[in-house]
Amino acid sequence: MSSQQKTYFALDAEMFGNIIDVLKDLGYTVYGPTERDGAIVYDVLDSAEQIARGLYDEQSPGRYKLVKKNDKRYFGYVVGPQSPKYVLYPPQHLLFKVRKDGKTFIPQSDGKKIAIVGLRPCDLKAIEILDNVLLKGPYKESVYEALRKDAVFIAVNCVEPGNNCFCTSMNTGPFAQSGYDICITEFLTDRSHVFILDVMTNRGAEVVNRLGCRNATAEELDAVSRLMEEAKNKVRKRLNTENLKDDLYKNIEHPNWNEVGNRCLACGNCTLVCPTCFCSSVFDKSSLSMDVAERWGLWDSCFSIDYSYIHGGSIRQSIMSRYRQWLMHKLATWVDQFGTFGCVGCGRCITWCPVGIDITEEANRVRG
Amino acid sequence: MARKIPKIAVYKFASCDGCQLSIVDLEDELLEIGQRFEIAYFMEVTRAVKKGPYDVGLVEGSISTPHDVELIKSIRKDCKKLVAIGACATAGGIQALRNWASVEEFSKYVYAKPEYIQTLEKSSPISEYVQVDLELRGCPVNKYQLLEVLSALLAGRKPNTPTYSVCMECKRKGNVCVTVAKGIPCLGPVVQAGCGALCPTYSRGCYGCFGPMESPNVKSLASKFIELGMDKKDIVLMFREFTGWSKEFREVDRLIEE
Repeated sequence: MSSQQKTYFALDAEMFGNIIDVLKDLGYTVYGPTERDGAIVYDVLDSAEQIARGLYDEQSPGRYKLVKKNDKRYFGYVVGPQSPKYVLYPPQHLLFKVRKDGKTFIPQSDGKKIAIVGLRPCDLKAIEILDNVLLKGPYKESVYEALRKDAVFIAVNCVEPGNNCFCTSMNTGPFAQSGYDICITEFLTDRSHVFILDVMTNRGAEVVNRLGCRNATAEELDAVSRLMEEAKNKVRKRLNTENLKDDLYKNIEHPNWNEVGNRCLACGNCTLVCPTCFCSSVFDKSSLSMDVAERWGLWDSCFSIDYSYIHGGSIRQSIMSRYRQWLMHKLATWVDQFGTFGCVGCGRCITWCPVGIDITEEANRVRG
Repeated sequence: MARKIPKIAVYKFASCDGCQLSIVDLEDELLEIGQRFEIAYFMEVTRAVKKGPYDVGLVEGSISTPHDVELIKSIRKDCKKLVAIGACATAGGIQALRNWASVEEFSKYVYAKPEYIQTLEKSSPISEYVQVDLELRGCPVNKYQLLEVLSALLAGRKPNTPTYSVCMECKRKGNVCVTVAKGIPCLGPVVQAGCGALCPTYSRGCYGCFGPMESPNVKSLASKFIELGMDKKDIVLMFREFTGWSKEFREVDRLIEE
């Protein structure tokens, strides 16, 4: 926000809920952060009432807890168990349907336009990585492409980073740099509660115009800059990425792999909460009547034995080898394959691992 | 060309009949099943019995008497494909709790004339005595998995019955993890998928009726439960329910002490 050439808008916090109505009026299906079963999840929002408020999360390895505070803050928490891939690349998706008469039906996009409110900077980066993986190669992932194409992203800067966040190490946060239509910074003091809006795209401008914002004042922008500086220092978890790839390659036989292999449950939770893990498998369904068959895509995980099944059997029998495969992909082989890390430092895999395995600690131990 | 209609037989050993009822519970598909298959032997449903051999036999229940042993051997001979259905048939069931105790002593307390009782020392899964072609887990089995097996059989393809963890289904559903968010002990990470993460969907921990997943790390999960404040004794009891006699869960007491 140091650049003062751009125009920043300000919106009174009590007006923030209008953003849902505006997006709905523009024809979007709006996903946003809401409380369900003790966590913040992305669900379809019908009204602003459903947006979580006054909630703060406490995260540590293998633990997540929502705490209610007596304030009106909207974004006092960071990322929950779901990442935007739930919305943009659904866990189970129909690829095609074949009828006995030879007719094949390929589902076309129903033209549903998606808006996601409350995306964090790390998640924006994750979408950029998914774009690279799923859309840039010779074959495009059509399900993702259809949902992604017209999606609007209303991002939120993280002024209160969580304990498992390490975005500053991965250079993905706590502030959004790109990939959003509007980026919001929530500013809450005893005296005022405003949102400062940074508009990146025409689609974003269309939304802002309908919201009835005023221009942000110089004092407000200064205050936001201070918040940002403070927030950067609040990100405590670190992963030194210098020479990380080479260090990991050199330590492929490090004894710590066995140690973490003893703790890892191979349950697959880390891969399903990861915003960049894109692996899916396909399976076929045939009906009893034998006149229609369907092919479905389904989120898969490198932690399952079937995942590495090739002629003759699975090549990664031990849990150790599966954990090593996953961490190496995130922090080393992904770089060779796609040119970036496959990790954005969101910390979900740390929080939602039932036994609290911490990718930053394991990487550090292995490079020893 | 007329397709040959496969003959189905459904059998029961030591069990509660719940898995057979799951077949009957396929209400929307039952008529279609009746058309596509010949229900040749299914005593829960009809007294009409057609002679074998059968194309597929679905077997519910565990083997617990000398008579069962003889019967399952003859069933195996009668069925081209044999599918064990449910926790009893695949892990010995809840009645396998007796496997850690003395059957003789139990008999004394339960029966007026224990000498009339002929029973085996242990309640065992079908695979202990005969070759099984496929196992469908659960207490009871999931009816959609049953349907998948029948549909796959008709199409001549391999049924899609994953062996990974319940967590995979739970996360795909968008559930919030009960262990991480609420500290509720859940066996999901070591238990095989197939139920659609039924219990965690209703904010309860998985109690393991689908039995061990493909590579269960029982020891690590038990350590987590200790961290959550559970007694070792309670952890052992948690594993020793419907699938406690499965190979991977059987030795949980030893694993905890290691």
